[in-house]
Amino acid sequence: MVATFEPKTDYKVIGTRPIRHDGYDKVTGRAIYGGDLTLPGLIWGVCVRSPHAHANIKSIDTSAAEAMDGVLAVITGADMPEALDKLVDLGEGNVNFKWASNKLMADDKVVYRGHPVAAVAAVDRYTAEEAARKVVVEYEVLKAVTNVTDALAPDAPIVLPDLVGDDLGEDVTNTNMAEHVRHEFGDVEGAMASAAHTIEREYNMQMVHQGYIEPHNATAVWDEEDRIKIWTSTQGAFAARTQIAGILQVDVSKVKVTPLEIGGGFGGKIPVYFEPIAAILSRKSRRPVKMVMERVAIFETTGPTPGGRMIIKLGADSNGKLTAATADIWFEAGANPGSVIGPAAMCVYAPYEIPNTRIDGWDVVVNKPKTAAYRAPGSPQVAFAMESAVEELCEEAGWDSMQFRIDNVSREGTRRGDGVLFSKIGMEEVLEAAKNSDHWNAPLGDPPLGKKRGRGMASGYWFNIGLKSSVNLAVNSDGTVTLVEGSPDIGGTRVAMAMHVAEVLGIGAHDVRPSVVDTELVGYTDVTGGSRTTYATGYACWIAANQLVDELKKRVGILWDINEEDIDFSDGIFNSKAESEKTIGFKELAGKLADLGGPATSIGNVDLESAGDGFGLHIVDIDIDTETGKTDVVRFTAIQDVGTAIHPSYVEGQLQGGAVQGIGWALNEEYYMEEDGSMANSSFLDYRMPTSLDLPPIDTILVEVPNPLHPYGVRGVGETPICPPIPAIANAIANAIGTRLYNTPMNAGSIMEALS
Amino acid sequence: MAQVFLPYALRKYAGGVEQVGMLADTLGELIDKLEAAYPGMKRHLVVDGALKPGLAAVVGHTATRRGLLQKLEDDVEVHFITAISGG
Repeated sequence: MVATFEPKTDYKVIGTRPIRHDGYDKVTGRAIYGGDLTLPGLIWGVCVRSPHAHANIKSIDTSAAEAMDGVLAVITGADMPEALDKLVDLGEGNVNFKWASNKLMADDKVVYRGHPVAAVAAVDRYTAEEAARKVVVEYEVLKAVTNVTDALAPDAPIVLPDLVGDDLGEDVTNTNMAEHVRHEFGDVEGAMASAAHTIEREYNMQMVHQGYIEPHNATAVWDEEDRIKIWTSTQGAFAARTQIAGILQVDVSKVKVTPLEIGGGFGGKIPVYFEPIAAILSRKSRRPVKMVMERVAIFETTGPTPGGRMIIKLGADSNGKLTAATADIWFEAGANPGSVIGPAAMCVYAPYEIPNTRIDGWDVVVNKPKTAAYRAPGSPQVAFAMESAVEELCEEAGWDSMQFRIDNVSREGTRRGDGVLFSKIGMEEVLEAAKNSDHWNAPLGDPPLGKKRGRGMASGYWFNIGLKSSVNLAVNSDGTVTLVEGSPDIGGTRVAMAMHVAEVLGIGAHDVRPSVVDTELVGYTDVTGGSRTTYATGYACWIAANQLVDELKKRVGILWDINEEDIDFSDGIFNSKAESEKTIGFKELAGKLADLGGPATSIGNVDLESAGDGFGLHIVDIDIDTETGKTDVVRFTAIQDVGTAIHPSYVEGQLQGGAVQGIGWALNEEYYMEEDGSMANSSFLDYRMPTSLDLPPIDTILVEVPNPLHPYGVRGVGETPICPPIPAIANAIANAIGTRLYNTPMNAGSIMEALS
Repeated sequence: MAQVFLPYALRKYAGGVEQVGMLADTLGELIDKLEAAYPGMKRHLVVDGALKPGLAAVVGHTATRRGLLQKLEDDVEVHFITAISGG
């Protein structure tokens, strides 16, 4: 049974904009990141990485490295425990420990450039790097495959010889196809055949990276009692613990993970990379070992999001109603199975009600880094294809595409592409806000000399998730409350959690002191990802705060010698139901707790089934320089159903950040691959992400359709906003130059080609 | 009676139909009854006595967190979809 809540509007704390608790530490440099960490006796670890994307390892000679002064440990794949070939539920996503282990350290074959083949620990980083260069590896180089088309060709080199693919439930061997899934509902062929208007188009996208500023890092101690302590930058300490324990084949109780401050993740810091390696180096050297990744390795070896190929076909009747749709989606998994075909299938048609649909998805192994989640994983790709196709269908049929979206909008009871019915959603309200927005109704205006101007829009969707969170509260004698949580704070969630508690207790957000703690100090908490933290951990805070109120009523009962049932609590004041003038404030009561039973604490635990789907729509104006092909974004508006905005500044920030990442993905970003499987642009100089100098202010319109599944109406907001920008820009480019682009990035070269 | 929307890959066990009705109190009982009616289906849904990793069961509008113990109300829709993930 899922609890539902009536929306409220008379909040005291919710909806305000207090300064985040970690703000001063962040801007003054006091916040402790993994790179800052030091321990007594700390030594450095580095990896020896393959220069080849696909090769057999014929031999590894570590003797010269081991003989160097200052070198305390050298390991290879032979030091890695044999992990289980079994898919294990991480709560959010899954991990196969065998593949995860193989990704960290090659055994007898390297399958992506930068694949670690050995690791060295030494007294300092420079000694470790020099020793790493002395490790001699003999390779038999194999032909690499770096895209889905080549990987599925009949004569393609096989990346993982022992891979057993799943083709609609049937086992397949000697293949790079890890999985083929299908969703099909209704009479797709019949509806498509009788459609008055149809369109079929192919879209191709390149792999892109999350681009977080802070590098991956880990510090590990494997002590004499076989306890493993890890300090790391992670989106989920408990998910990291599960992976580390599984890869090292130890019980989870042997592993303690302390999440340090995190400098961006966007999904890319859910998998572990260095943690198990640092732990094995620590066991061998009997010293704490620290590892910090370099940018080239981050690009070459840590989870980007898949590139791939998509074919969309749409059918509509003469009245502009969608009647049928098909989607064929091939995604790069990277060097191990497991791309985001499933979420892509869930998202592709989500903004539209379409009675007859089919989706086929293929997960394809290639000689590139294993992909990881990236902000609405899978959804931006299919949004690019679907929203481009919708716009082109409207162009060809002569329909107004805003009205088309309204006429075909998803609402409560609409069936998603995977068959699941939507509950209360806000896509209609988003479209209404977009249609009435200043941006949509403003004239496009004339472009500067030598430029062409265009406007585009597109919708986006992410389903959002709930899952497990746990928090603890304790009242301090000065009337403040300590809040202990297990959700790493990436986007300002500490203050959002404090606000959840403060609203219930009738105190200020800064009267609640939030801390993110290690895996031994709080109950299991799933990752900060899936747009779940404010929703689920916030819900746990609300439960804990209400339990604290119940506990404090008992203490007031002792003070006034009455039953707790005879006490009311509102806006931070306890009062006697029988004698209304008898009151005591939260802070005053906190100071008396020592004589009223001692410490007052509470715990909030949740495991939430659903979170409330998130829909948005973006509008963008662009200018294209017809001499250079350069695209300038001149106006951008992000509109989204956010449920209730707990802290509007950080909700706006999520919309703006998602939009910026989507703009970069649309216009510039790509893994530019050489034929040998190496990435040609593995630095921020060549991998061009937008900066503030490239962008106008991103306007936001927060549509608040309270989510009935959350006590304050929260919907996850972080992922939806990366989905619309890519198709919105594609639609704007088509509007500006009269030619449509079907591949990303839609960079200056592509535009010059289109113009010519 | 629960309305089970069969994943495409499992429809071959049930003669190609999209949807079947099944009387069951829990998700575990429902899967057992599916197996009895359409042998071969269960191994795609259950591993080691739990829902197969990578698979989520949506009961009504919500992805259940109770696994095979999930209670089923009359006429509720049951879907088996890819387990959720996010960034």
